Amino acid sequence: MTETLPQATFPKVRTIDADHLAGAPLVLAQKVEKHFGHLKVLKGIDLAIPKGEVLCIIGPSGSGKSTFLRCINQLERIDGGALWVSGERVGYHRDGNRLYELDDAAIARQRRSIGMVFQRFNLFPHLTALQNIIEGPVQVLSEPVAEATARALALLERVGLADKRDAYPSQLSGGQQQRVAIARSLAMRPELLLFDEPTSALDPELVSEVLKVMRDLAETGMTMICVTHELGFAREVGHRVAFMDQGQIVELGDPRSVLVDPREARTRAFINAVRH
Amino acid sequence: MIAEPENLIIVPRRHFGRIVGAAVVCLALAAIVRAFAVGQIEWNYVAEFLTVQAILTGLVNTIVMAILAMLLGITLGVVFAVMRLSANPVLSKTAIGYIWFFRAVPALLQLLLWFNLALVFPTIGIPGLFSFKTVDVMTPFVAALLGLGIQQGAFTAEVVRAGLLSVDNGQYEAAQTLGMTRLKLLRRIIMPQAMRVIVPPIGNEFIGMVKLTSLASVIQFAEILHSAQNIYYANSRVIELLIVAAIWYIVVVTVLSLIQGRIEAYYARGVAAPAQR
Repeated sequence: MTETLPQATFPKVRTIDADHLAGAPLVLAQKVEKHFGHLKVLKGIDLAIPKGEVLCIIGPSGSGKSTFLRCINQLERIDGGALWVSGERVGYHRDGNRLYELDDAAIARQRRSIGMVFQRFNLFPHLTALQNIIEGPVQVLSEPVAEATARALALLERVGLADKRDAYPSQLSGGQQQRVAIARSLAMRPELLLFDEPTSALDPELVSEVLKVMRDLAETGMTMICVTHELGFAREVGHRVAFMDQGQIVELGDPRSVLVDPREARTRAFINAVRH
Repeated sequence: MIAEPENLIIVPRRHFGRIVGAAVVCLALAAIVRAFAVGQIEWNYVAEFLTVQAILTGLVNTIVMAILAMLLGITLGVVFAVMRLSANPVLSKTAIGYIWFFRAVPALLQLLLWFNLALVFPTIGIPGLFSFKTVDVMTPFVAALLGLGIQQGAFTAEVVRAGLLSVDNGQYEAAQTLGMTRLKLLRRIIMPQAMRVIVPPIGNEFIGMVKLTSLASVIQFAEILHSAQNIYYANSRVIELLIVAAIWYIVVVTVLSLIQGRIEAYYARGVAAPAQR
């Protein structure tokens, strides 16, 4: 799996340490394309995300932002270009000038280090909050139950749900479910967390409790890619913001410049529409 | 302006229709009971034969056959349901073919086919390694088990498939994201949720299977109906012995219904939210 990464150049962003920029990027996308039939959903995404960065992706629905996120952990297969996570090519093994498709087990192994938080939470309804969190560590990482439980309880504490360990998802509010889902991702000790519109399915009064957990997480130095409509969150927490439209990254840069003073007309129109 | 409340008495409405309906039904039930009481049934024979050795042996054989055939059916059903949903066209088409054939041919006919397999293949085995005479292998027990189990598998496959399809796609994605392989994902996440949908119809099929074993009497398998028939061939107490068999079927099915309720409650956990502990 040793493969030299293509050269990546990072834009000068002042909110992120120079150290982060020195090493290889955690996520590298080159000309990533995705088609659904004749519809081109991603038309060549180029992106390099250093370790520790919080990247927020904004854009209208249908712009391909969720699809790009799903390509990173292979819920979708890319139809062109290439993706690397932690220096490892996603979905393929390269030998000479041939790319071999990875088997089920290898794909599963690549996914372990990438956590994902879904819009609709997708907690396992037949398991309690605690069981949801230890499922991955015990079943996939073969961690002893006692150890996994201890870590799970600490994670529940961290997301403010220590008293809900034995509750089933159906007994929790949307915000609580999403916080359990975040704890479930964290239990796998991921290098990268993907958030796919994590607050879009929540009642307005529950949004802030989830954003607070995400903000705390960002402060710990976790690498995060957040597809979100929360422009306030993107401005305060994001190191960079990408605006996507029609399968392309239209604008990428410092949150203040993209959100407050965008260069592109399409970005400006979108931001004005969201702010009404 | 509403007047001050007074202490008024509410007179319940009279349901004359209900009273008439209940009377008619009670009359009909009484007539049926009377008919059986005065009919040519010697109830003391029913009581006498209810617990004779041959009947009890037949009862055990019925239960054992129903359980084994159902286990075979469920195993085949899960395998063929997963095959049918597989991306591999050979596997999915094979599963479709299996379901098509074994649902189409009547169970009784299948039993006769298995029982008479010796007419097609006088010996079975792997050439050069071992070989048996088919008549020795294909006992009534084996023929009944294969016939009932394999046709049950075709029905169960459809039930299991419906259960697998009932689980939200997000569950597959969440499990994949945790790094689960396909088999682990099915076993740990999808099947436990599919069970909620699968258990009620499987319970139904199990009850059907208990009664379906009576078909095996045709190929001389000593289940309860076969035992009852053997006795009435000797003593001509036809109705009495049929009632004995019917009573035992009712007992077994009642017990199964109670067990089914327990299993359903188990798999419904997390959905029908249990009281907070």
